[in-house]
Amino acid sequence: MTTTPNTSTESPGTDPGAVPAVKRRGGIRGREGMAGWIFVTPVVVILGLFLLLPIIVAIWVSISDWGGKGSPLGANFVGADNYEALLTKPGLSQQNLATSLRNNLYYVILVVPIQTVLALVLASILNGRRLKGKGFFRTAFYFPSVTSSVAIVTVFLFMFTGTGVVNHILGWFGIHGPNWFNDPRGVLRLILGGLHIINPDSPPGWLVNNHFLGMSWYDWLSGPSVAMCALIILAVWTTGGTFMLMFLAALQDVPDDVLEAARVDGATRWQTFRSVTLPALRPTLFLVITLGLIGTWQVFDQIYLTGGGGPAKTTLTPAFLSYQAAFGDYKWGQGAAISFILFAIIIVLTIIQRLVMRERKKLPRRRRFGTVPPVGSGSETVAAATAGGSR
Amino acid sequence: MSSQRTIRIALAAVTGVALLVSAACGSNGGAGSSGSGSASQASSPSAGGQSGSSSGSASASGSGSASASGSGSASSSGSGSASASGSGSASGSGSASASGSAGASWTVPANMPKANLTILFGSSGDAETNALKAATADWAKKTGSTVQVTPASNLDQQLAQGFSSNTPPDLFYMDPSKLGTYAKAGNLWSYGDKLPNKSDFYPALVQSFTYQGQLYCAPKDQSTLALWINTDDWSKAGLTDSDIPTNWDQLDAVAKKLSTDGRVGLSLSPTRDRVDAFFVQNGGYLVNDDGTKATVNSDQNVKALTFVKKLLTDGAMKWSSDLNTGWGGEAFGTNKAAMTIEGPWMFGALSSDYPNIKYKIVPLPAGPTGTKGTLVFTNCWAISAASKNHDQAMNLVEYLTQPSVEMQFAKAFGVIPSVQSAQADYLKEFPDNKVFVDGIAYAKGVVSAPGVTEVLSDFDSQLGTLASGDPKSILDSVQTNLQAALSGS
Repeated sequence: MTTTPNTSTESPGTDPGAVPAVKRRGGIRGREGMAGWIFVTPVVVILGLFLLLPIIVAIWVSISDWGGKGSPLGANFVGADNYEALLTKPGLSQQNLATSLRNNLYYVILVVPIQTVLALVLASILNGRRLKGKGFFRTAFYFPSVTSSVAIVTVFLFMFTGTGVVNHILGWFGIHGPNWFNDPRGVLRLILGGLHIINPDSPPGWLVNNHFLGMSWYDWLSGPSVAMCALIILAVWTTGGTFMLMFLAALQDVPDDVLEAARVDGATRWQTFRSVTLPALRPTLFLVITLGLIGTWQVFDQIYLTGGGGPAKTTLTPAFLSYQAAFGDYKWGQGAAISFILFAIIIVLTIIQRLVMRERKKLPRRRRFGTVPPVGSGSETVAAATAGGSR
Repeated sequence: MSSQRTIRIALAAVTGVALLVSAACGSNGGAGSSGSGSASQASSPSAGGQSGSSSGSASASGSGSASASGSGSASSSGSGSASASGSGSASGSGSASASGSAGASWTVPANMPKANLTILFGSSGDAETNALKAATADWAKKTGSTVQVTPASNLDQQLAQGFSSNTPPDLFYMDPSKLGTYAKAGNLWSYGDKLPNKSDFYPALVQSFTYQGQLYCAPKDQSTLALWINTDDWSKAGLTDSDIPTNWDQLDAVAKKLSTDGRVGLSLSPTRDRVDAFFVQNGGYLVNDDGTKATVNSDQNVKALTFVKKLLTDGAMKWSSDLNTGWGGEAFGTNKAAMTIEGPWMFGALSSDYPNIKYKIVPLPAGPTGTKGTLVFTNCWAISAASKNHDQAMNLVEYLTQPSVEMQFAKAFGVIPSVQSAQADYLKEFPDNKVFVDGIAYAKGVVSAPGVTEVLSDFDSQLGTLASGDPKSILDSVQTNLQAALSGS
């Protein structure tokens, strides 16, 4: 309700075409509203039926003892029992959730930055003027994104076997590759052990004896397993292309005159990129990181196809755990509760990310009132680009 | 700006709950379409350990696979040699069905109404599907009913959808580890105690499908574990028939001797469905005799798991996953291991994928106290509580568990009958399998309680790291979880 007036008061500045037209016809607005509602009815009904209703039922399931038989509406209310079993009550459920959250956290921490940077680099290269065969590279980089993830995972499973292609190539350099998808060892722990910071045979007591969500700090710190690393490579490779396309579209929107002005002002290539291109890309960057965060927190198909969380549960993720709890163990309430916990995590992270990125956006505006730097015109572009991107 | 924010959050919300929605709607893209995932599980029992379909009985591809190839005669040490090279008739067509000697004879009740029954089952392949279609068609013809037989692509998920929409199949295959979960949710119609031929089933199988004092369903087949030995590797290592291990020390010794040429002596799938056999051999098991209390961290079990760990750390044994193979059978078939512990489903795998391997099957070695032990896997004919045709479904089960029909299945796709009255005929037809049939006398079945699958798969995941782990603390954690599951929390 509050959002609608906001848009209409804010938009005249950014969107001069549409809004005044609405204002002009303010007098006969009542009838217009009626027609509007009739037009959106099909969508409202469809959304209500396929989105809102399932969500409400899922909320109900997460606070009930539904055992998967008949309608969930006949189940008994159990309060927060399902959430307690997952979050506070020591036991296998809590342990599984903690393990899956740890695995997914490392997955997100590695995949999101790497795929964003990779996508940006690829897009910048493809946007270069002198590059030949752009169409070919664009297709090649985007190809993994349009390929079936089942097929990709299957190919990766072959590539990353102990005697697979990857280890064969590593062998050329004298590296004895691990048995990727069967190796549960945590990479961070291997590194810490290798640097003699932590002795894997007798880890420090404060790490072992302190627990969070029923799992020791030492286990939280294990890092992604070798198997998970293979999945991380897979994810970066598959989604890098999609985001590259988004960056490419945004790059082509960066006005040439601004870039030219920067060049005239004597900015080096790096300075141009850092102070003109990158700020202009901020809305896209936000989109890419948000989509990346959401996508990585929900990773499911790769896990399903690589054997459901093995080795030693180091590739178990909350999304898969939710499926397993519901369909495998008939703990439908817990399954639903896990997905709401996941939902909460995603919401919180998105809000945090939004706050972080909004903070920076204010800086150029303030600078405009003070000394005007040479690239000041660039910041105006930012504002324009942001406004444009917000639609 | 704030509208933008709302949209973004809504976007996150939509995708965040998308999983749930798809779970509620049932058909999960990745799950449904995979095909390869579930299909491969069927052909290699508990390959990944995590798969959930732990029972070995779901497999054995190819019909008539029971003939040991060439000179690979099966001779068992100790308990009367069950040999016969080249083996008897390589099956195929249903030869004259043996009339059950002690089995109850099947009859159609005079006033049984006709019904349209549906069967959902995890098929090991066309051989099983066709055999089941043929047998149910016979029943349908005799009773005037119809039967629709559907092989499942993902049995668990399809059942879950059926239960929640109150339209489950009338009959379906059920693994004993699911019994507690399904029974507790009220999805099963308990009919086992009404069966006239109840006493004909092997006691270990009846135990597997008994929950809270009731036999819920009729076991449909069985398979036990035995030790498979590669005879070429065996003789190359200078071993003879007198070296066949009958206890743990001998197993350790021959496994070490066989670990040469980049080959490992023994390889197992990293799952409780193999390791538990060592518990039984040491007089222990995961639960007590009536299945009410967890006994996972008993001294016997700790000692048994310590022995397994010793095999691993000595290099005499490796998990199949550490050999880049999917399961013990593959490690054995590719000759990366000279011995493995598997069940009769290996016949099919060896004859179709690894025809050059010569082997010998012997009973599992006994523990330090001389106790013999193995594990038995089975599925049963479960009837849905929501089915409207309970009587007809039970009549069909009675028909399908007749010795003659079970023998048809045995010939068609290599399962071992679940009724004792078929034993004599079965051994006459498949003398090589005597070791598996004998095993049933001292075998333990799969533990069943609501939520037990989760506990057991946790056990599996810990077994993968046994070589560097502490057997006692692994068993302690499983004990806690299993006891929690058994006491219904």
